[in-house]
Amino acid sequence: MTLTKPGQAAGASVRTRLADVAGRLFGGGSPTVFALLVVVFVVIFVMNPSFAEPPSMMAFLKKAAPLVILAVGQYFVIVCGELDLSVGSLVGAQVVIAAALIDGEESRTVPVLFVMLAFGILVGLVNGLITTLLKVHSLITTLGMMLVLYGAIRLWTGGAPTGALSEAFRQPGRGGIDMPVVRQLPWSLVILFAVVVAAVVLMRGSYGRTLIATGDNEKTAMFSGARVWQVRTSAFVLSSVMASLAGVLIGGFAGVTAQVGQGLEFTAITAVVLGGVVLGGGRGTVVAAMAGALTIEALFTLFNQMALPSTIRPAVQGVIIIAAVAYAARERARPGPHTQTPPAPPEQNPDRDPAVT
Amino acid sequence: MRKTRVLLAAAATAALTLAACTTDEPTETAPEDDAPAEEGQEEEPEDSDDGDDPADDGESADEGDGEWFVRADYERQLEQRDIEPEGPADQPWLQAIDPEWVDTAEHAQDENRTLCFSNASVSNPWRVTGWITMQQQVDVYTDSGEIDDFRVSDAADDDNQQISDIQAFIDSGDCGALIVSPSTTATLTPAVEAACDSGIPVIVFDRGVNTDCMVTFIHPIGGYAYGADGAEFLAENLEPGSSVLALRILPGVDVLEHRWAAAQQIFADSDLEILGNEFTDGDGAQIKDIVTQYLQRGDVDGIWMDAGDGAVAAVEAFEDTGNDYPVMMGEDELSFMRKWEETGMTAIAPVYSNFQWRTPIEAAVNIWNGEEVPAEWVLPQEPITDADRGDFLERNDEMPSLHYAKFGGEDLPGYPEAWQDR
Repeated sequence: MTLTKPGQAAGASVRTRLADVAGRLFGGGSPTVFALLVVVFVVIFVMNPSFAEPPSMMAFLKKAAPLVILAVGQYFVIVCGELDLSVGSLVGAQVVIAAALIDGEESRTVPVLFVMLAFGILVGLVNGLITTLLKVHSLITTLGMMLVLYGAIRLWTGGAPTGALSEAFRQPGRGGIDMPVVRQLPWSLVILFAVVVAAVVLMRGSYGRTLIATGDNEKTAMFSGARVWQVRTSAFVLSSVMASLAGVLIGGFAGVTAQVGQGLEFTAITAVVLGGVVLGGGRGTVVAAMAGALTIEALFTLFNQMALPSTIRPAVQGVIIIAAVAYAARERARPGPHTQTPPAPPEQNPDRDPAVT
Repeated sequence: MRKTRVLLAAAATAALTLAACTTDEPTETAPEDDAPAEEGQEEEPEDSDDGDDPADDGESADEGDGEWFVRADYERQLEQRDIEPEGPADQPWLQAIDPEWVDTAEHAQDENRTLCFSNASVSNPWRVTGWITMQQQVDVYTDSGEIDDFRVSDAADDDNQQISDIQAFIDSGDCGALIVSPSTTATLTPAVEAACDSGIPVIVFDRGVNTDCMVTFIHPIGGYAYGADGAEFLAENLEPGSSVLALRILPGVDVLEHRWAAAQQIFADSDLEILGNEFTDGDGAQIKDIVTQYLQRGDVDGIWMDAGDGAVAAVEAFEDTGNDYPVMMGEDELSFMRKWEETGMTAIAPVYSNFQWRTPIEAAVNIWNGEEVPAEWVLPQEPITDADRGDFLERNDEMPSLHYAKFGGEDLPGYPEAWQDR
């Protein structure tokens, strides 16, 4: 009987260490989303083993890449305490703009890409500056931007997109490098990989810390020298640039339809929240947000494999997501060795602030 | 801590609700709002004789989704495909199938030639194309003095908005005739009846309403014929035992359900295996993803679609996974027609006649001139096949890809710029 005790202790410490490693690997984020992702994939593999073959996985990642990139952009905005509802409309606008400007001419591809980048930055700047300088809540700012973009594109095109994308424009979203095992390594996967690396590096650096600090407590961040309005504005710009990139991939993947981009903002926000990132800011990792996006795409695939009636899918998806987020919230609330201690509230040291004294 | 959790839960719920709403949003994604939901109702007594079908037909009807299937309508639409329409062959928008002419002398007048139009929306390329054609037709008659003024309200797919739009037209007392393209059937019926009661001639086109108080109801043959055109083509061109994937826009819209109901009838009598029917919202990315997943699981020999939106994305899924082209049902939308010619695949483009947008204007002028119009103006609806594909592509060479080949506006003065610079 007594022998089991040390064993239990050892088991517990191993688990603690594993959790530590996992925690460090995923930047201390909630493990729920990763567990869910694994479960969904296991079910898919059991139902359809051929999905585990490399070409099928590549097709999955190719489809998922735009949403993951959108989730990265949305993460920047959410973690600093804001929301960006304009990304879906921006994706649609960018694809329609690209089709109208390129109009099938290969030579216009690169200039139009720059126009799209500039337009993305402009939209992000407007979102950011109105939110930070005019102090309009980002929900309203970006809701307004969503409608403005939607309406402006309708007005400009008369309700239906015109023009055509060039073959070169479609390559990033559609093409890839032909390879033996995977059949084709999609360009979108290469782009996605670059975005993932850049996002992780960015969030590890001082910019990332400032971004999280701003979302966690605006005043503390301000008192410790961060220019909050600049940080937040830059987050909006990053989000819009990511949306533009997602637009390039989505337009490339499926071409121009009138519906492109519709509803993507909520899918992206759902992905980020599912990744354990707290709406209101200050908590959550970019890797978990990306895992959230992959999980949502995997759920779509799972429903398809199960031949679930389309009509019931949104309901099932909603239940799974609420359950996952609620479970993660419960984990977080429970006191324990791995609960993140909230950063010191500003009241602790007001005397040190020169502005107050 | 608790506050954060409450906030989080609330925000997550809000986000999800909104996400769910956007996924489900029906009207805006509907590609074409076509359809003569009510056309059969007045004729039921005569048609019921045809109900004595052979036994096997009766069985296949049971296999279909009964909620959306009216056998009499289905059979009449299939018959109408073979009836030679009356009217000039080179002006299909003036043709009518089995017309029952009504006298309009009571509405003949010259004093008030203000034409009013209550439009459901211009929320998809099919409606945009038709709307341009209609405006061009109006211009012709404004120049010739047959129409003095053209007033339009757009309800943006909102029933309540359209009801008040129609009421506003009635109250203004300015309209010499009223054209209505209803947003939905049942909800708009009282508004159309109110317009009839006000004494002005009413013209309804595209989707129907549950009344026959209007002077004329204009529509192409209908959804059953559309769905059957594609399904019959697949059944003829595929080996027995081949597998077909059905791609649909969204459930619960009568006009789209009729297309699918007709296809189910045809497929039930064939030896084709239906792999599944999937809802796509008409979104290219979703279509491509779904088709790719079916191809990962096994062969897909044919694709049936309830509307051509995103047909090209479906074809690309076959290209990108290295599979042979399927036997394909698309639509007369140019992006698909061009892909069809480029690849040379076996395909058909059913048509939901876009030229019907010209007819209400012609009808209004006829009515004011006291000329007879058909009570139910059934326009021809003929699919584009391999044989006339080249001809239609040549005619629409300069047109954008989300344009519809059978838009029927080539002889209008604004052609082709008006449709190019939309």
